[in-house]
Parts: sequence; structure tokens; C-alpha cells
Amino acid sequence: MSEPSTEHLLTVDELRVGFRTEDGLVQAVDGVSFDVDAGEVLAIVGESGCGKSVTGMTLLGLTRGPNARFGGRAVFDGCDLVGASDEQLRRIRGAEIAMVFQDPMTALNPVQRIGPQLAEQIRAHDDLGKDAALERARELLERVGIPRARDRLRAYPHELSGGMRQRTMIAMALSCDPRLLIADEPTTALDVTIQAQILEEVRRLRAETDAGVILITHDLGVVADVADRVVVMYAGQIVEAGTLDELFYDPQHPYTWGLLGSIARVDRPRPPRLPAILGTPPSLAAPPQGCRFRPRCPHRFAQCLELPALEARCGVPDHLDRCWLSAEEKREKRQVGGQIGLAPEERAA
Amino acid sequence: MTAPLLEVEHLVVEFPIKRGVLFDRMVGRVHAVSDVSLALAEGETLGVVGESGCGKTTLARAIARLVDATEGAIRFRGRDITRAGRRDLQPVRRELQMVFQDPQASLNPRKRVGQIVGAPLRLQKPDGAGDGDRERDVGARVRELLERVGLQAEHVNRFPHEFSGGQRQRIGIARALATQPRLILLDEPVSALDVSIQAQVVNLLDDLQDELRLSYVFVAHDLSVVRHVSDRIAVMYLGKIVESSPAEELYVKPIHPYTAALLDAIPIPDPKENRARERHVVRGEPPNPIDPPSGCRFRTRCPRASEICARVEPPLAAYPGGHLAACHHPLTVSAEEIAAATRSPLSPASAGEQLPADVSEPPGEGPVGRSEPAPAGGPTAR
Repeated sequence: MSEPSTEHLLTVDELRVGFRTEDGLVQAVDGVSFDVDAGEVLAIVGESGCGKSVTGMTLLGLTRGPNARFGGRAVFDGCDLVGASDEQLRRIRGAEIAMVFQDPMTALNPVQRIGPQLAEQIRAHDDLGKDAALERARELLERVGIPRARDRLRAYPHELSGGMRQRTMIAMALSCDPRLLIADEPTTALDVTIQAQILEEVRRLRAETDAGVILITHDLGVVADVADRVVVMYAGQIVEAGTLDELFYDPQHPYTWGLLGSIARVDRPRPPRLPAILGTPPSLAAPPQGCRFRPRCPHRFAQCLELPALEARCGVPDHLDRCWLSAEEKREKRQVGGQIGLAPEERAA
Repeated sequence: MTAPLLEVEHLVVEFPIKRGVLFDRMVGRVHAVSDVSLALAEGETLGVVGESGCGKTTLARAIARLVDATEGAIRFRGRDITRAGRRDLQPVRRELQMVFQDPQASLNPRKRVGQIVGAPLRLQKPDGAGDGDRERDVGARVRELLERVGLQAEHVNRFPHEFSGGQRQRIGIARALATQPRLILLDEPVSALDVSIQAQVVNLLDDLQDELRLSYVFVAHDLSVVRHVSDRIAVMYLGKIVESSPAEELYVKPIHPYTAALLDAIPIPDPKENRARERHVVRGEPPNPIDPPSGCRFRTRCPRASEICARVEPPLAAYPGGHLAACHHPLTVSAEEIAAATRSPLSPASAGEQLPADVSEPPGEGPVGRSEPAPAGGPTAR
């Protein structure tokens, strides 16, 4: 819960995003606060529908619409992105803040060649001639590791493989040297060997550019690979936030334990059963009372009917969580068979 | 060892590429599955792992007879079903079911769950059901199936969109179970689900297997989830099986460089170990299956490739412990294991005879002078 300050590249404060639907107001993002510094990778982790993508898209004004309701602030370079006019956002989008989407096939224009697409993006923000922009596009493609970049400028998106398309998306995002890059599941649609290559690219770019990165993902393996700090979201709220090592080695929230426990690890002996989190995430149109993870949590007790605030509960100032259990109880309860996980409950209905 | 439930022998599936305005002429072929042989015993699970375009899904669909084999044979319970006609297939389809990757796309959005799960029962006319009682029997069985997969029997009248992704996949599993199958082909059954839900579905499949003595072919795109269900795992690359081993052994002792690369590419959810880990990231992307490389198909991306890899397709060498790998320059095997290796009868017909001769072949140095005259059959020679 940091105060809005000028030190951070981006400060998100109590961001709320709701959508009016037939089933009532769906509060997709419900009071989310975090900040990102230059040169760091902040990972937002969570499962489908937890609000992680909506958070990222809202920062670029991509969720605006007649049925959307916003609250809170997101201050980037002195400008509140939530309240900014469309014109202000248009200047920021692409130039200052860029986004890489999950599915590059739907994010690229299928009937325009790669080169002109990149050049158009470059010329929207930089005063360059057509040829100079194309030359810049070629350099960018080379920078993200696309071989024979000159030929690729003339290719249509469908002529490239998934990995190449994602590299093209990254090249496009980097075209104006953004200070903040939002990557929404950039490797989810890719094969593991290609994912490893793209993640290497992300690490290299961070070392070279000093841009801040928000990495939105459901994969804790990817997080461990590239992130500096982590925010875990569940049902529209942050349930835990901390540094990479704090989150992996001293996780405080039972949902984080569940996420860590339910990953099938290839580097460890195989457990007889995969520890699963029982049940399914709640509907955001009618979230449960109190702690939102309560219906699925095997450690719930009476106090959980009251929503715990996101605050430092384990003694480390910037390691925040939303769970009523005491720090000692947490350390005791999260151990399952020598590993971190949720204690298995027997088959639920 | 009981007789295998399923045997696949030298299976080839190719898709013609046609061009032309008036007369179609074939201009090429996509080599989706190129001479794959495997066997699966009753009650066992075979994991099939590989990246997009490696032919794993086509293999599963060919076994289910959803695509036709170009060559080779598929035997189910000793019966050749490769060319069986519609009528002959009906009793087979009862025993051989499929669960698809995308539960959203594989369930009819306009049908209620009861109709979806009951459809195979109505089609297959279960034994001993008189026509009058049939609807009632089907209804009772559908309720039983829904409860068996962890859904509520009251849900029979709901539509697929009223369920979450994990629940929809349970519906798909209930439908596959309806006809009391012996073998279920699972095509990436959990890839579309969140991690916490993946574990639920994997555990469900595990329980069902124990209770109903099912056999599974479990197709997956990476090595992490498949480990928890498989007895044996086959790794595919560009239409070929490159390695096949008892499940646990594959993780501690990958022999084929591609398997090692797949394992290395999976990020470990442990920051310190991740930093300490030495990773060998494979460069580049898989070649086009229309025109696969000669010899070993992985050689264009392989850090250990040498001259022989382009010339001779490596056979599947059978190492001690039932571990097969098709590589001229195998990893993690000792000199004794190499000496004990034999050419597996599951090897592709086009593969050479030559087994690996040395343990730590330095990459780049061609094993000149050691190569015996081997039939340098191209991967598609016929």
C-alpha cells in the first residue's frame, strides 16, 4: 500500500474496474494497488478470471466502454491513466507504455505485411520517412532474434510460426523504446522450447533497456525465471505481494501455497497425487463474504467471514498478504509432505 | 505380461496438399506421423509428448479412426481395425473413446448435459436394455456418470456454458466413460485448464483408471503433467518417436538430446534452483513437416549432430530397462549400456541398422571411419 509518489515508474492505487452485465455488476478488479520501478519485472500471477489481464489492459485504456466502471488511480509519469483523456492515452500508448498480447495471431493485422505494420507503429510516434521506418523495423526484428529479417518484412503474419509472431509483437512493442512494457501471457500459446527462447529475450531486453515490465501470467515457473517481484491475484483482489524469493520460500497466503503445490515439477520425485486446490473460483458478480478464498480454503475459520486487509503480517515490510492466520500458524500449516502446498482435503462434491 | 490391448505398427499418416483449378494435382505431402510403432497393455497409460506439429494429435486421432492411416496397422485387442468399415467399427468405438483438448469446442452448446453424456448410450444400445425402459436406464446411468466424475446429478438439465472449464472437461470425461470403454485417448485433456484445476482433473483420471481398469493414451505438449499419469512416455518429434521409456526414468535419465531439451526448457518454479541451473536452450524452430530433414529429423536443431545424423536415420536402440532412444550420439548412457543395446523392432523401417558405438561423442566431430555401410533410406523412402 505505497503512497503515490514520484519515485516509481508506475503507481497503481486502489484500482477498481467493474463491468455492468445482465447478471449485475461484475467487479473484475477490486481495489488493486502496486507499483513498478524502472528496470524491474513485476509479475502478476493468478488463474483465469482473477482480474490480472483486466488490470493490465485498463492501464492502457483498453477496457473503456459504456458498461465499464472505474475507480482509483494509476499514475505514470505524473499522469493518471485511469482518468486520462483518450487523446492523452493515445500519446502514451505505444510510445511510453507498450503491450504484448497472448495471442499474436489475433493481435497482428492478418492482411498487412509485417514490415509496413511495424513501420506504421514507428511513424505514429516518431517523425521518420517510410524507408527509414522500414529500416528501423528491420533492426528491431533482428534485435528480437528473427533470422533473415529483411525477407520477413515482406511476410504476412500467417507465414510466420507462433514463436516468430510473438517475437514480431515484442519488436513492435519495443519500437518506440517504451519505459513500461506490459506483457500479458506472452508465452502461453508457445511450445516450451520456444518459450525458453522468448523468456531469454525478455531477460536480455530488461538488461539492455532499463524499462519496467509487468508480466501477467498464470505460470509460476515463468515467474521464477524472470520476475523480481510478484503480486498474486485471486477473484479481483491481491492476496499476496512480495519479492520473488519471499513469495517462493516464505509464502503467506493459502492460495499461494495451493498454486505452488499444484505445479507438476519435473525436477523432483513424483508425488503419489498432485495436490489440487479443491472447488472453483467464485463468480465475481456475487463474490463470497469475507476472504474470497474462504470457500476453497481448508484452513478457514470464523474470522475469515471478515475480509482481511492486504498488509504486512509476517514481519517483512513489503511482504503483504490477506490472511488472518498468524505467521507461525502459516509456517506450520503450509508444509505438506515436506513441500509447500495446501493440505489435501478428501474429494469434495 | 498380458497381450497388449493396443498395438500400432509402422503407422504412417500423411495429408496430401492439392493444388489446381480444374484437376487437383498433389504437390506435396504433410508427413504428420512417419512410421510410429507402439504397444499399450491393459490398465496402463502411455504418455505421448511433443511440441505443436509433431504428430501427437494425429496419432491419437488415427488410433481412434478419426483420420485414416496411410500405411501400417492398428490392432485393438488383437483385431486389426486399420481399415475396418463403419459397421465393424461400431463395437470397437464403444470400447475406445476419446476426450478432446478444448471442452468448450467439443460439447454441443445447444444440448443439455444429460443429452450430451447420454448420446453414446442411445447410439450404442447397451446390452439387455428393453426399448421401453431404455430412456429411464439412460437417465439413471447419466446421473451415475456425472457423480462419478465429481459433478452433481442435478446438473443433467444444464447447458455446457453454465459450467467452468474444469467442469466441462469432466462432462467430456463422463461422456467418454458412458459406453464402459477399455481405452480412452486423451488429447491434451488439461492443457486448457488452470493449474489448480489441472491437478483436480489429473487426479480424477487417476482414480477412474484404478477403479475401472482403464487404459489411457495421454497426449501432452510438455513433460510436466504427463508424468503423473503415465506408466510409459513416448517423446515425438516431427512425426517420429525419438525416445520411449518407463515414465520415471525419462526424467532422471533422458537419452535423446531432444528429450533433454524439453526438460531443460520447462522453467522450474523455484527461483534459486532456476538461477543455479545450467540450461541448454534449443535454438530455432521445428522444420516443416512437408519437407522433413534427411536422417535424424532433430539434427537441424541438435547440439550434438554430426555427419552421420544427416545420412542415416537412427534406429530406436533398446537399452536395458526397456528404454528406447533413436539417437546416434546418446546422452546419459554408459559404455556397458551401449554395448548391451539392440535394435528395437519398433524402429521405423527406413532407419539404419547402426546402433550408437560410443558414449561421449564430441559434437561437431563426424564419426568418420566408424560408419558401416548402412541403408541410407530417407525418412520417407518407400
